[in-house]
Amino acid sequence: MEIPRHWRIRQQRYALVGEVCPHCNAKLFPPRDICPQCGEDARTPYQFSGKGEIYSYTTIYEPPAGFEEYTPYTVALVKLEEGPVVTAQLTDLGEQPLEIGMPVEMVTRKIRSDSDERGMIIYGYKFRPVLSRQ
Amino acid sequence: MREVAIIGIGQTPVDEHWDKSLRELAGEAILKALQDAQREEVDALYVGNMMSGILTQQENLGALIADWAGLRYIEAVKVEAACSSGAAAVRQALMAVSSGLIDSAIAVGVEKMTDEKGTEITAALATAADADYETAHGVTFVGLNALIMQRYMYEYGWKHADFAPFSINSHLNAMTNPNARLHEIISEKDYASAKMISYPINLLDASPIGDGAAAVLIVPKDSLKPNHKPMITIAGSAAASDTVAVHDRKDPLWLKAAEISSRKAYQQAGVTPQDIDFFELHDAFSIMAVLSLEACGFADRGQGPRLGLDGIISRSGKLPIATLGGLKARGHPVGATGVYQIVESVLQLRGEAAENQLSKAQIAMTQNIGGSGSNIITHIIKREDR
Ligand SMILES: [Zn+2]
Repeated sequence: MEIPRHWRIRQQRYALVGEVCPHCNAKLFPPRDICPQCGEDARTPYQFSGKGEIYSYTTIYEPPAGFEEYTPYTVALVKLEEGPVVTAQLTDLGEQPLEIGMPVEMVTRKIRSDSDERGMIIYGYKFRPVLSRQ
Repeated sequence: MREVAIIGIGQTPVDEHWDKSLRELAGEAILKALQDAQREEVDALYVGNMMSGILTQQENLGALIADWAGLRYIEAVKVEAACSSGAAAVRQALMAVSSGLIDSAIAVGVEKMTDEKGTEITAALATAADADYETAHGVTFVGLNALIMQRYMYEYGWKHADFAPFSINSHLNAMTNPNARLHEIISEKDYASAKMISYPINLLDASPIGDGAAAVLIVPKDSLKPNHKPMITIAGSAAASDTVAVHDRKDPLWLKAAEISSRKAYQQAGVTPQDIDFFELHDAFSIMAVLSLEACGFADRGQGPRLGLDGIISRSGKLPIATLGGLKARGHPVGATGVYQIVESVLQLRGEAAENQLSKAQIAMTQNIGGSGSNIITHIIKREDR
């Protein structure tokens, strides 16, 4: 289903490509072409670092259709170090309890697959806790 | 612009109406509103509905429902603004009548949800969020509210139990509302131990879905006899929008669209928050009730839970809310909710709220929130003949 729809935003899904405003230098993700800070055109691509921290998080116990097999899973608002906040799943969670402010980094993972065996498998960004150096 | 009056109201119980279709529910509410107003026809019909295309595979509701309700040939359209579709339809009716282009209009809100299974309804509700950047990641509508509530608790230091009075109040008020979905008193203990849906939101933070329809009939005030009783007028009506995605908001903990639409409505009505006798707010989740109270000027930022803990929101308090059960216990048939709020306000203003009747009900405010705050519509309704 809807293959072009996912293909169209592949750079966002796989590489966190947003935009930077050439007028006020605001960083935008997702891209929105018009800068919400200054109202000018903002179409210059900008690659985000993928580093950020947890602004808020929750665990989903009652999923929408398409996500039944992954339940429960954790979703967060992640504040990227460049400023914007994104909605994404958290992954690779070990034993450590989650908390607001915890540093996380982007990884590319499977988000879901269509139930039909010939259906699409959709990949995209998730965030995992930053691995502390030994 | 002409001042407008509400002369007819109608509602069906909010329930799992397995024996009734979407058009039957809407028709029932419309016929009740016509009977209540002692009229047989109107010039236009505005249908508030969010999900008929997904859940019933039926669009084109304007013509469908006009025909079913015996109003064939009148102007009729559907209005969609997620969970605020109901108030959006009322506002369309108001603008049509107020402008002078239409002399009488019905706004009906209707939602038929329970034919589908839970995961499909959850997915349909999530279409109010950003499909590419929120829903695609598996976040649900409850999940978005949970993200907001979690951050709110973190920033302002509230505990989950501090939100209990909102749910308890709504359940209590619904007990004596025959049209309410839930008739069940709950305790603080019930609230604390309810099934978790999306932490920190549990079953008793969230409003139940249901099938239902509600309708209002609007005419110009000056078309009525000056001594018309009861004279219920819409004194303020304003709508504002915000980003669809929570992550795009400047401040995810502040309902900017509620602030803007309530401020405009106060101005139009010439009132301040202190003048509002009761507030039918959008308690789809307890956190939404709190944020709405703050943005509309009833509580300081971060202090919304105080109004619950101090008893201000109860029927005997200074600002009663959800006086017939609110979304939490009357139920939340999504696109119909905004019209239920107005029908219930009119009942209070007329003095027809039976056991739920407030002692002071002269100026009512209603607020219908679409998405997780992306579309917010505020109405101020007055009784003028006393
Ligand atoms: Zn800019």
